[in-house]
Amino acid sequence: MNYASYILWIPLLPLACFVLLGLCGRNYFKNSSGIIGTIVLLAITVLSLITAYHYFFIDGKVNGVYQSIIPLQYTWLQFSPNVSIDLGIVLDPISVMMLVVVTFVSLMVHIFSLGYMKGEERFSTYYAFLSLFTFSMLGLVVSTNIFQIYIFWELVGISSYLLIGFYYDKPSAVAASKKAFIVTRFADLGFLIGILILSFHAETLDFHILITRLTTTQSPQFINITTSSFLGASVLTWGLMLVFIGGAGKSAMFPLHIWLPDAMEGPTPVSALIHAATMVVAGVYLVARLFPVFSLDLTVMNIVAYIGILSALIAAIIACTQTDIKRVLAYSTMSQIGYMMFALGVSIYKSDIFIASSSIGYTASMFHLFTHAFFKSLLFLCAGAVIHAVRSNDMSDMGGLRKQMPITHIAFLIACLAIAGIPPFSGFFSKEEILSAAYQSNKLIYFIGVLTSMLTAFYMFRLYFNIFHNKESRKDLHHGEGTFSMKMPLIILTICAALAGFVPFSSFVTSTGKPFESHVDIVFSILPVSLAVIAILFAARLYRKQNDLPDRIANSMGGIYRSAYKKFYIDEIYLFITKKIIFNLIGRPAAWIDKNIVDGFMNLLATITAKISELIKKLQSGKVQNYALYFFGGVIGLAVVFIYWLK
Amino acid sequence: MNTVPITHILFVSTALFFIGMYGLFTRRNMITMLMSIELMLNSVNINFVAFNKYLYPDQLNGIFFTIFIITIAAAEAAVGIAIIINLYRSHHSIDVEDAGEMKW
Repeated sequence: MNYASYILWIPLLPLACFVLLGLCGRNYFKNSSGIIGTIVLLAITVLSLITAYHYFFIDGKVNGVYQSIIPLQYTWLQFSPNVSIDLGIVLDPISVMMLVVVTFVSLMVHIFSLGYMKGEERFSTYYAFLSLFTFSMLGLVVSTNIFQIYIFWELVGISSYLLIGFYYDKPSAVAASKKAFIVTRFADLGFLIGILILSFHAETLDFHILITRLTTTQSPQFINITTSSFLGASVLTWGLMLVFIGGAGKSAMFPLHIWLPDAMEGPTPVSALIHAATMVVAGVYLVARLFPVFSLDLTVMNIVAYIGILSALIAAIIACTQTDIKRVLAYSTMSQIGYMMFALGVSIYKSDIFIASSSIGYTASMFHLFTHAFFKSLLFLCAGAVIHAVRSNDMSDMGGLRKQMPITHIAFLIACLAIAGIPPFSGFFSKEEILSAAYQSNKLIYFIGVLTSMLTAFYMFRLYFNIFHNKESRKDLHHGEGTFSMKMPLIILTICAALAGFVPFSSFVTSTGKPFESHVDIVFSILPVSLAVIAILFAARLYRKQNDLPDRIANSMGGIYRSAYKKFYIDEIYLFITKKIIFNLIGRPAAWIDKNIVDGFMNLLATITAKISELIKKLQSGKVQNYALYFFGGVIGLAVVFIYWLK
Repeated sequence: MNTVPITHILFVSTALFFIGMYGLFTRRNMITMLMSIELMLNSVNINFVAFNKYLYPDQLNGIFFTIFIITIAAAEAAVGIAIIINLYRSHHSIDVEDAGEMKW
């Protein structure tokens, strides 16, 4: 199958759409930019589905192992005969899966935004930015070269900044976009250092060659990187840890998660696309790409696992107390990405392709990424529909909406059931795989994971009941449910969220490429599912009808409740560190030096020049005879020179 | 003619040259400055003729150059007078100290 003939269109069509809408959209395509963007996305979704069909079902497998195919590669910068920055496209199980996920969710968001953003002044700019984001994300997932993924990583950060700060006259949105960009940029510093360390020791920037060199235990690069150590840990640990820091920043892992709740200032379809389904999983994708190298180093795997489970738990606790529905969903995203991270962290990789089933964590993580994209974007789009109807983000302004918004109600309910892990919806299958992977490796993480899934069910259904039940149905809804373009993606995503679990994922995506059979262990899943059902019933008791039980529980938990409501004061800690410590101790002296010493030196030079010129300006008197005298003096001087010096 | 050593004539022309230079540096009247310039040019003429007569009596190079200098001096005096007339028209004075606008 000749992938090279069309694969380049998949990233490049959205780029062309961005350039077109960005430059000419405001003047020529004011109303049709949405249609143009959607048609482009439809085209590339179809192309991605064709690619996936050909890859997974027709010719991806050679001798029963999925190959990593590189249809296109172009050498951009050659540093030395061995090291070069190439730009290429790789097709392997996870990149093809991500192509499908990114294009599909982006298409749904484009269609939804046709209705949601109608009447917006900067309609074409919005679609231009969405296309830019789609291009960057697609470039990220098909990167062959670790520097290429860094380039697209930064591009995705830029698109996120532009989209979060879309309503730029709201100061909170501007602050949120700056915060998101700065926090992820700061994490990307670690990423860059990690890239340099790993590529220096492996003497290459290409993913495939780097992984091969750093995993064969006899290769000189591997011996070099594991024996040289710095401050007690081997260089391999440092490099991988720094790369993971970059991934943790982009994926909003603790403690670099502070930008994600604030990023909800952007338009809701943007939150659905970027901060739920695609960009925030870039960190997980990076760890999955470098998974063979990560799995060699137990220290780093433990760090990945524990940070993942810690983020999942903290986010779940905070989400139980928030009242802004988008914030609840943001913390829910952070929690689910924590699941994906720790699933990778507890997974074991054996390059012997016959024992691929021991790395079920990898498959589970990618499966959860796949299903999460569907139900989380569905949750956000439903939240967008609700916000559009009620004109407020806060839970207390909603309630009793189930009669007025039936489609949104059913969609939200199915998505909540999926995220809570209730069979037969998709979340159940992926969560079960993750929990069974954790059970096999690390029982502590397994128990915290089960506890977190109970909390997940609780806060999601708290959200569901508060929006759709709780109060009497209102008569004063401004818009009603929304246009057809807002309902259609909800319906399509509901079907996907319900059925995506039945995809036999482990026969497509595994860490070694060799598929294996996985089955759902009924006995094993009794505990998590029953705990989830108990949590749902508890949430129903608390929130289905108006009562004061939630407030009594909150008061009785006192300090814990307050600190969870204030997001554990992490934002305040960051503000303290930056304002009191960094600004005062480093910023102010640096500013003083710049203003007084550096500028002062330049001003001193200028003053000296001025003073000297005051002294010698009398020479220019304007009198011809004085000039004639100087002329005569020069002649005398020349005569002396010619007679006495130059014999 | 041969009894007068060349140095006497050179002394005269040098003295004339420096007198002319003194006049150029010191006089306030622009016409008088022009006269001093003519004096300097003529001193150079004397120099040329003297060298021609004493060193190369059978050639006429020096005298040719002297004729050139006389011609050029005449043209230059004409141009100089034109400049002075222009200056007089704007400053209403032929004092060179009054034309000092090019000062700092």
